[in-house]
Formats: sequence, C-alpha cells, structure tokens
Amino acid sequence: MLSIGLGHYLTLAAIIFIIGIVGIFLNRKNIIVILMSIELILLAVNINLVSFSIYIDDLSGQIFTLFILTVAAAEAAIGLAIIVIYYRNSGTIRVEEIHELKG
Amino acid sequence: MVAHAIFFYIFSFIAIFSAIMVTVSKNTVHSVFFLILDFISISFLFIMIGAEFLGMIMLIVYVGAVAILFLFVVMMLNVAQQKNEWFTSEIRSTHIPIGLLVSLIIFSELIIVIGGWKYKPDLVDSISIKIDANMTNTQSLGNVIYTDYIHLFQLSGMVLLVAMIGAIVLTFRERSGVKKQSYFKQISREKKDGVELVEPESSKGVKIDA
Repeated sequence: MLSIGLGHYLTLAAIIFIIGIVGIFLNRKNIIVILMSIELILLAVNINLVSFSIYIDDLSGQIFTLFILTVAAAEAAIGLAIIVIYYRNSGTIRVEEIHELKG
Repeated sequence: MVAHAIFFYIFSFIAIFSAIMVTVSKNTVHSVFFLILDFISISFLFIMIGAEFLGMIMLIVYVGAVAILFLFVVMMLNVAQQKNEWFTSEIRSTHIPIGLLVSLIIFSELIIVIGGWKYKPDLVDSISIKIDANMTNTQSLGNVIYTDYIHLFQLSGMVLLVAMIGAIVLTFRERSGVKKQSYFKQISREKKDGVELVEPESSKGVKIDA
C-alpha cells in the first residue's frame, strides 16, 4: 500500500481513461465537454507512457509523450475551430440538435 | 517512500475528482476550470515520478494554451449557461445503461490486464535509450530529440503549422464594408496611371477630366 509501483500509476491512468469514455458516452448536451473528455483520454495515455518509461528505465516513452502532446494541441485547435464555425452557421452546438448528417 | 505514497494519493485523488467534475458539472466554464486542475495535478505527478521536462511542458501546453483556448471558445460562444445535463428526464435515453455497461467492461478488462502484467525477461535487453542518472531529464531528452528523432521532431512542427493554418482558414470570415489596403494595387501602380503631363497654352488654362 505504501510503496507506489507501476501498478498504481497504471490504475490511475485506467480510471481517468474510463472517466473520459463515460463522459463521451453519457454527455448529450454539450459538444465542448466531449472535446474535454477526449483530452482526458489523451492524458491517461500520457500517464501510461511516462510511468512505463520511468519504470523500465527507457527514455522512448517520454519522447512519444512529447509527440502525443503536440498532436493533442493540434487536435484541440482544429476541433474548437470546427465548433466555432458550426455555431456560427447553425446557432447551436447542443449534441441532440446536431443531426444534419442523419447519423 | 511514505512521503511519495502520500503525495501520490493526494494528487491522484485530486486528479480523479476533477476528472469526474469535468464531465458532470453543470456549467461549462466550471468544467474547463476542473480540466485545468486535472492537468496541474497530473503534471505534479510527472514531476514527482522523475519526468520533470514533461511535467513542465504539460503545464505550459495544456494549462497555458489548450485550456485557455477552451475557455475562450466557451465564453465566445455563450454556452456557459447552457446546462450540461446528464440524466435527463427523457424516456428515450436508453444509451445511459449501455454506456455505463460498456465502460465498466472496459475498466475491468484494463484492471485485469494491469493486475496480471509481468516483465518479460528479455524486455530489459531490448531497451533502446537507457535513462542516464547523471544527466537531468531535460538534457537527456534533448540529446535524443535533436539527434535520433530530429525528423519526427520537425514533422511534429509541421503538424502544428498545419493545425494553425487550418484553424485560421476555418474561422476566417470575409467582412463586407471594411476598408482595407491592397498592397498589390499599391505596389503595381505606375506613373502613367496617376500623373498626366500636359502642355498648357498660355492664358487658356488646363481642362481637368476632359
């Protein structure tokens, strides 16, 4: 209990990952919160990579984390831009009212 | 060791609590604030575990840029008051139990995998870049990124550039009625477009706009 090992960090990452997935599944109102849940999932992946990197003494995981950070920032910028133009065109970003593609 | 455990439990509790609050809080602005809190506590965990550079980069990139971007968009779109209701009263929302079930299954699968995980004996031999204890984390990362991973590093710069151009192009809006300079017209103007030389006869003057 008192000696923190790899398993503790992986469990924390799993919990945050699941919270992100639940946020995507159960959110029916606000699409910005869905984007934030995606950020949470990427954060969980980063925790996994960094803790593995430290515990097996290999630097590669931290380099991958750096690239994941880059892609996450780019993805957030593009996603928010798409949300802004959708709001400008249709006046709403409520998830239930976005059904133009009839999906 | 005990201090490490205490800090780990404090920060991970804050991280999990704020991650839950991100998804359930009614106000979107509060969600963004809890997202910032989540990133900060996870970056503390990174610094504690020995990845200082990544912890600081998490603070700069996520708290300083991404979360503020979210905050700007939330305030610009005026959806802060748009309630983020979870368990709505609609009868037709049958997706909630299925979503919970699927998440529960994924979580138990992850826990099973983590609990049963062991080192493969030949894993230690396959380590590519060993962490040098005599160097700081930032220095050892820089040694690798600017040499072995230079192409990927520059490629990630290209990804950021494309994202920036894409965001600008997507949100660009042509406004009518705005007076703008046209540099091309200004530069390509020539002498004969603007000036006309005439030889006025004496005591007759010059007709303008003839």
